[in-house]
Amino acid sequence: MEMYRSHVMICRGTGCTSSNSEQIAKNFEEEIKKSGLENEVVVERTGCFGLCALGPVVIIYPEAAFYSMVKPEDVEEIVKEHLVKGRVVKRLLYAESVDENRIKAIEEVDFYKKQVRVALRNCGVINPENIDEYIAFDGYKALAKVLTEMTPAEVIDTVKKSGLRGRGGAGFPTGMKWDFAAKSQNEQKYVLCNADEGDPGAFMDRSVLEGDPHSVIEAMAIAGYAIGANQGYIYCRAEYPIAVKRLAIAISQARNYGLLGDNIMGTGFKFDLEVRLGAGAFVCGEETALIASIEGQRGMPRPRPPFPAVKGLFGKPTILNNVETYANIAPIFNKGPEWFASMGTEKSKGTKVFALGGKINNTGLVEIPMGTTMREVIYEIGGGCPNGKKYKAAQTGGPSGGCIPASEIDVPIDYDNLIALGSMMGSGGLIVMDEDNCMVDIARFFLDFTVDESCGKCTPCREGTKRMLEILERITEGKGEEGDLEKLENLAKNIRNSALCGLGQTAPNPVLSTIRYFRDEYEAHIKEKRCPAGVCKALLNYTVLEDKCKGCGICAKNCPSSCISGQPKSPYKIDSGKCVKCGVCMQKCPFKAIVKK
Amino acid sequence: MKTIQELEEIRKKTLDTINVRKDRSGTRVVVGMATCGIAAGARPVLLSIMDEVKKHNLADVVVAQTGCIGMCRLEPIVEVYKPGEEKVTYIKVNASKAIRIVNEHIMQGKVVDEYTIGVGDK
Repeated sequence: MEMYRSHVMICRGTGCTSSNSEQIAKNFEEEIKKSGLENEVVVERTGCFGLCALGPVVIIYPEAAFYSMVKPEDVEEIVKEHLVKGRVVKRLLYAESVDENRIKAIEEVDFYKKQVRVALRNCGVINPENIDEYIAFDGYKALAKVLTEMTPAEVIDTVKKSGLRGRGGAGFPTGMKWDFAAKSQNEQKYVLCNADEGDPGAFMDRSVLEGDPHSVIEAMAIAGYAIGANQGYIYCRAEYPIAVKRLAIAISQARNYGLLGDNIMGTGFKFDLEVRLGAGAFVCGEETALIASIEGQRGMPRPRPPFPAVKGLFGKPTILNNVETYANIAPIFNKGPEWFASMGTEKSKGTKVFALGGKINNTGLVEIPMGTTMREVIYEIGGGCPNGKKYKAAQTGGPSGGCIPASEIDVPIDYDNLIALGSMMGSGGLIVMDEDNCMVDIARFFLDFTVDESCGKCTPCREGTKRMLEILERITEGKGEEGDLEKLENLAKNIRNSALCGLGQTAPNPVLSTIRYFRDEYEAHIKEKRCPAGVCKALLNYTVLEDKCKGCGICAKNCPSSCISGQPKSPYKIDSGKCVKCGVCMQKCPFKAIVKK
Repeated sequence: MKTIQELEEIRKKTLDTINVRKDRSGTRVVVGMATCGIAAGARPVLLSIMDEVKKHNLADVVVAQTGCIGMCRLEPIVEVYKPGEEKVTYIKVNASKAIRIVNEHIMQGKVVDEYTIGVGDK
């Protein structure tokens, strides 16, 4: 490899790629050549930097200058000014990184300052399609150490000591899981990786696979050594084409280097990996359904026990960990379990990656130490709600989780605190809601999702969630009745206790959690037939304020259902019987004379 | 198949070339590359510094550029920032002076007094 004085890192994660970062990369290469800098400056395509809202993102080292929302036509200027003359193009920098006279490096801006990147350590720093760059930042060092210096029991002990818990949602201690599988006697065992990320709004696993696929491969080989398995499968959803492609490249590079296959690093240890694609069923993120799907069966869960550690894939002892869990493994061995356990809270160690979405300024990916408060995540890292709106709640855990209302915003985030609040860690989707979100509608949205995704095998989930959804739909349509809340709570309790798998058992959580914190909103819908946030269409009425209306007629001209009538220069009227509640009249009115109530 | 030693070699070799992305604690050599610097011959200076750094495998040295610092008549200007030490500014540098700066100042820690702004601009 040549030495280059400057490295142009261009994000080729899914977010930036869809806003044309490949074109930007090509323009950089072209412009750099035009300026005769091709032997001094290198262009690398890398993984997600996390600040997806400001993509496409380009970072130029050694300054670590952070260019955001770069357009292909900006490239020429960046090359001519920054790379040729050494003058950073301030106009195109991420605004937060420009401090009166000084330009801050990427790690000094607020978005990154509070973050601790363990699972995401290499995302945005290396080229994920070049194994040498992974190796340079201590890649495969942990595997070498494990294979040459440690016994399988010591490996498991190290993972136990670190306190690492499963990052897929439930938070089961990883070391214990490995221990169970190690103790199951069998000639054939399997190591699986769950990359079937399905929660709405969650994209942590995708970013790890796209930005640092070798970290998962290395960890799976370590797990294979620990439990005595020589074959692994990564179950990745087919909707992640970039991740699947990079995984395939990484696996073949690892095989070429003898880091997968027979006799790894000359130690005699054998381990190989294959990728299996999921067909988009949410339930296949559940472990027994995932295993059935890899076996070629229909992806449906089965009762446990027997647990996969005893009887898993093809009836053999199997461990299944989430992508982010694996991404934490190598650093635990390189830096020691004590280092890992020094981060976080008493029972939740290390860091957690969250995908920030919804009503928040810095949409993107953040990794924070456990124990960070929601307030720090939302305001200091996330930059608060856009347009000065008031924070109402954050939803964690996707369709299995619940809400953290404003009153609980100072609670430190860890597994146990979130459960106590009626939510859960989940895989890390964090959807922020402001005063314009209706909590009944949110609950309806998530239940609609689980009803769609229920596999139909057990009755409580198949029928129960459907009945709950019907009640919620009635409430949002203004047909709620006294006693609906009690019915919902009763159904929820029964589904939780009797559904077969995690999908069903946790499906009522969004409803229970919103009833717990926002009962008044439900009651407003049921008793007063009113949606306080102004979301539920059936409960809204658009009316013209007579004193403000100048009679210009713009509303009537734009109304798609011709339900506004009136004479010029006198107040217009909306026929609410014909109104489809599209809101166009309100948007178009130049005098703010139309309101929704 | 790669042995552990071979992996270690790949690590060292690659780290030299990409460490600039992670480690910002080492020595920084900054070359003034505005129009004035380029016109005065900053590019050959930059290239010879890079060559020299590569030749000696100096992993913790970052070579960067900067814009005009206002002393155009003294270009090409090279500044060396060593951690914990005061910045040293060299003026009217050329390719051979640059090689001496890398060898004496960066590698051995001896400032090349005669090229510095204090001595050279008299």
